[in-house]
Amino acid sequence: MPDRPTAAVRPGQEHHVAPLEETPLAAVDAVDEQAPPTSLWADAWRRLRRRPLFLVSSLIILLLLVVSLFPSLFTSVDPRFADLTRSLQGPAEGHPLGFTQQGTDVYSRLVHGARASVSVGVIATALVVVIGGVVGALAGFFGGWLDAVLSRFADIFFAVPLLLGGIILMQMLDTRNSFTVALTLAVFGWPQVARIMRGSVLQVRSNEYVTAATSLGLGKLKVLLRHVVPNALGPVIVVATISLGTFIAAEATLSFLNIGLPPSTVSWGGDISRAQTTLRTDPWVLLWPSIGLSVTVLSFLMLGDALRDALDPKGRTR
Amino acid sequence: MAWYVGRRLLQMVPVFFGATLLIYALVFLLPGDPVAALFGDRGVNEATAARLREQYNLDEPFLVQYLLFIKGALSLDFGQSFTGRPVIDLIADAFPVTVKLALVALAVEAVFGIVFGFLAGLRRGGWFDSTVLVLSLVVIGIPVFVLGFVAQFLFGVKWGVVNPTVGSDPGLTDLLLPGVVLGALSFAYVLRLTRNSVAEGLSADHVRTATAKGLSRPRVMTVHVLRNSLIPVVTFLGTDLGALMGGAIVTEGIFNVPGVGNLVYQSVIRGEGPTVVSVVTILVMVYLLANLAVDLLYAVLDPRIRYA
Amino acid sequence: MPASDADQPLLQVRGLHVDFTSGGRAVHAVRGADLTVYPGQTVAIVGESGSGKSTTAQAVIGLLPGNGRVVGGQVLFDGRDIAHASRREFVELRGKHIGLVPQDPMSNLNPVWTIGFQVREALAANGLAKGRAAKQRAAQLLAEAGLPDADRRAKQYPHEFSGGMRQRALIAIGLASRPRLLIADEPTSALDVTVQRQILDHLDGLTRELGTAVLLITHDLGLAAERAEHLVVMYKGQVVESGPALQILQDPQHPYTQRLVRAAPSLASQRLRSSSQREQVAAAAAEHAGLAHAAAVAGSDVGVEQTANVIEVEDLTKVFTIRGSGPRGEKLRAVDGVSFAVRRGTTTAVVGESGSGKSTVAQMVLNLLPATSGTVRFDGVDITTLDARRRFDFRRRVQPIFQNPYGSLDPSFSIYRTIEEPLRVHGIGDAKSREARVRDLLDKVALPAGTIRRYPNELSGGQRQRVAIARALALNPEVVVCDEAVSALDVLVQGQILTLLNDLQAELGLTYLFITHDLAVVRQIADDVVVMQKGRLVEAATTDEVFRSPRQEYTRALLEAIPGGNIELGV
Repeated sequence: MPDRPTAAVRPGQEHHVAPLEETPLAAVDAVDEQAPPTSLWADAWRRLRRRPLFLVSSLIILLLLVVSLFPSLFTSVDPRFADLTRSLQGPAEGHPLGFTQQGTDVYSRLVHGARASVSVGVIATALVVVIGGVVGALAGFFGGWLDAVLSRFADIFFAVPLLLGGIILMQMLDTRNSFTVALTLAVFGWPQVARIMRGSVLQVRSNEYVTAATSLGLGKLKVLLRHVVPNALGPVIVVATISLGTFIAAEATLSFLNIGLPPSTVSWGGDISRAQTTLRTDPWVLLWPSIGLSVTVLSFLMLGDALRDALDPKGRTR
Repeated sequence: MAWYVGRRLLQMVPVFFGATLLIYALVFLLPGDPVAALFGDRGVNEATAARLREQYNLDEPFLVQYLLFIKGALSLDFGQSFTGRPVIDLIADAFPVTVKLALVALAVEAVFGIVFGFLAGLRRGGWFDSTVLVLSLVVIGIPVFVLGFVAQFLFGVKWGVVNPTVGSDPGLTDLLLPGVVLGALSFAYVLRLTRNSVAEGLSADHVRTATAKGLSRPRVMTVHVLRNSLIPVVTFLGTDLGALMGGAIVTEGIFNVPGVGNLVYQSVIRGEGPTVVSVVTILVMVYLLANLAVDLLYAVLDPRIRYA
Repeated sequence: MPASDADQPLLQVRGLHVDFTSGGRAVHAVRGADLTVYPGQTVAIVGESGSGKSTTAQAVIGLLPGNGRVVGGQVLFDGRDIAHASRREFVELRGKHIGLVPQDPMSNLNPVWTIGFQVREALAANGLAKGRAAKQRAAQLLAEAGLPDADRRAKQYPHEFSGGMRQRALIAIGLASRPRLLIADEPTSALDVTVQRQILDHLDGLTRELGTAVLLITHDLGLAAERAEHLVVMYKGQVVESGPALQILQDPQHPYTQRLVRAAPSLASQRLRSSSQREQVAAAAAEHAGLAHAAAVAGSDVGVEQTANVIEVEDLTKVFTIRGSGPRGEKLRAVDGVSFAVRRGTTTAVVGESGSGKSTVAQMVLNLLPATSGTVRFDGVDITTLDARRRFDFRRRVQPIFQNPYGSLDPSFSIYRTIEEPLRVHGIGDAKSREARVRDLLDKVALPAGTIRRYPNELSGGQRQRVAIARALALNPEVVVCDEAVSALDVLVQGQILTLLNDLQAELGLTYLFITHDLAVVRQIADDVVVMQKGRLVEAATTDEVFRSPRQEYTRALLEAIPGGNIELGV
């Protein structure tokens, strides 16, 4: 009820109507038929390709992949060929970065070392995404006792720090190669992906389009695969990219501690470990594999950061 | 509150048994002779092997072995190392050093991480923010042993500011450089966490309302933005204390700090499997306790949980 | 207050321009807005989302978001231009001279501080009281805002308060320093109607007593007309019409205002036209639907016998166990012994405030949630005991439309895939006939064919809701359950969607179960009304009966709470 007294109209409050030509009416809720259609992924890509962080990191990663697949394109020197007479010598013709204490070529070992890092990183990441993704999706989607059991199970592996668990498992394994190292890292690394996936699925699951799909008569598993998982993948892709970087660093750490890849495999971690004895006199022998390792890890982290901005609305940095 | 704490405790029990069982199974259930594996590359010493078989009750069924081990672990009886010293004595010597180191690292990462993260969050999108974000990625990207060697080389060898290695019974100043190296990774995480949390908080409705009340900007930024942003940060720091103790292996190895990490590192190099298992079990317990402490801390910081 | 003082405008906004920069481009959010507020007066800015009404208010109190700035015009407060005032000047003004009651009570209080602390802070910042005195004063203010047991309440945290109580606390904070102007930005739009009314009444009384001028921001024309003496109507950043409230309502001049007055559901005094003739339409349609359905399910063993009531709910009960409430788990009777029936070809509205259990009823009717006890009969068959195959058939005949236009479409599906999915799931037609069907459905919901390759994120809320309707209709269902299907939309769009639903009902002989909190919407679309409160059925009758002579106290309270429900209209 308008029970306030209607006072005489005061200055500045007279009935005023804007001329229609200055305030044209638009049709209510018209569709813009001009703009090109864009899917969610196309949208993300558009946002991504403008980010310098993304461009720089993906270029480095591309180069890294080429180097680890075809090292012979970059050097013809055998990384295992040791000439003790040239131990710790500086750069020479054909050997731009000099020699290690064992007399092997630093540049060649830098180039050939990429493969070990990349393969461990890729295998371990693939494993954690599959294991963690499946466990997380099931736990988040079905909830209840299944969630309770799977979550506690993940907690158990989460409670063992990656490096400590890795040390024990590697200590007990007979064979040490890229696959077993990757497996070891995956055993203790999957719970993180599972947690992210579970959270993401929980969030997507509460959307009304999921309920709508159920009301269509779509089975539970199909709803999960068709509507929930595709929309929950963003954060997982981000964490997988970052994990790839951390796994490479962890592999190097294990190799550095002499319980990762065997000395016969050319790896940055192992080279850094062997170079520490001559750190005080010849630091560059340690420097080159360290730079290779750091740049590799960094580029995956940068890629992850850029992807997060594009794919994961919650964790967006700006 | 009591219900919340009780539930967390209840959830911790299966995780504790699961995690210790996992470690124990990794050592004693994998194919091959566990005793031989425990010796690593050193070749089996028959006398020690016999002692190990007895110590770990290897003649019993696996689950009995495990339960006996847990029984020992809970009464802090971890048997003896290869040299004959009780493992618990080794741990007791090393533990205080690692705690000190972890606290130095924690202080470094908390102070610098929160300050820089807060400033970056306030200036979201500006040059300071962008620079700090990229630098934090670089810090995360450099593996800790690389960082350790570079720091050791520059500060210890080249400039001679500090002793390159620490040695026995270190004081706080000796632990400063290793502490910084150990805390560097988490520093970057704390920085990014604080930054994101502050940046998000700035656009929170209740912050706008606080401003509308007539509060000064410094008061709004500290009492309303920073206070709320600290909840996830402090939680992270708590969990990190547990992680730092386990993560000190590499740092302590490089700087020769006689802590728990070094004990693990030396035991791994010497192939003393039993010591490794015992120490790692303790570290897992510490980690779980730290997590529980964090849950309680969380309840203290966030009234929504306190009264749930 | 001396009369001469009251004749000087307290706030004058003249030719205000506000720009937002996003992605390097400037968006003109407010373009040349004018308005005047006198001391002690209530002025309302009315507009839809994107009209610039909130931005105008933010400019007045210096709280524009970081990317927004005043690029032209004046904001005269007490004769002084504050459009470009410094941060320090605004700190001085805010709270003390200009107060704010924000929109969403859930997010506007800091969760980590007690209510009392947050009131005291306002007092201390404006130099009014400190220490013990502040404590006392805070309790007084809270009591004044209508909070019972204020002393104890002041020691509690926001999450221990209901939405209405939080809004009262926010009012106490806004008025703590006795500002001369109070900006109330949609102060009650997040609350239930009955609570909304209480709080607005209280705010009205308080500000009148204190002589506070109020600048009320709202999307609800009815509410604005009821509470303010002067209205300012904004559209796309411009003021299209302003003047005395009654004059604007009864004699709107600008086409936009006319459109708004016509669409305002709270003011509509009669039903949508097609619904008044619905009786005949429905009868014919029911017959048609029955025939079509008999043909569709010939051979299946689902009963096809025609019944007058397509849905019969009997003694329906749902008990939830509240999670994390303790080792035993507290029980909540969300729906408690509810019985009603839905006649074929008509619309039955289930009305209630939050916590009434109306959406839970919808979930059970849709067979998405098992009932604790009681039955839901669809076409004579109890659906709570269907086997998988019969449930699949049932899904084809009953479809939902949900509230949130941003959550009801899968963002990774194109519009084509979204509408085609039900056909594919039920194995209807081949690729070609399905595409034809999708185009036909888009046409039915009045979306251009060009929409077919687009994705939900490119569409507005109303358009998404149209897509959701098309998806629901793809299977030719008999019953459509609309769960708050228009609640999240702007008034004009809401009107459009309601008209569309009405027309579709006449055309296709649909039966609607319409879940809503908004009695004004009910009047426009429903034939029968079921009123629910706290899980129980309060009243069930025809819409006419409920609106003309409500039998229950609660129903009357709901009706009276409709803002502007009894203002005579000029259209």
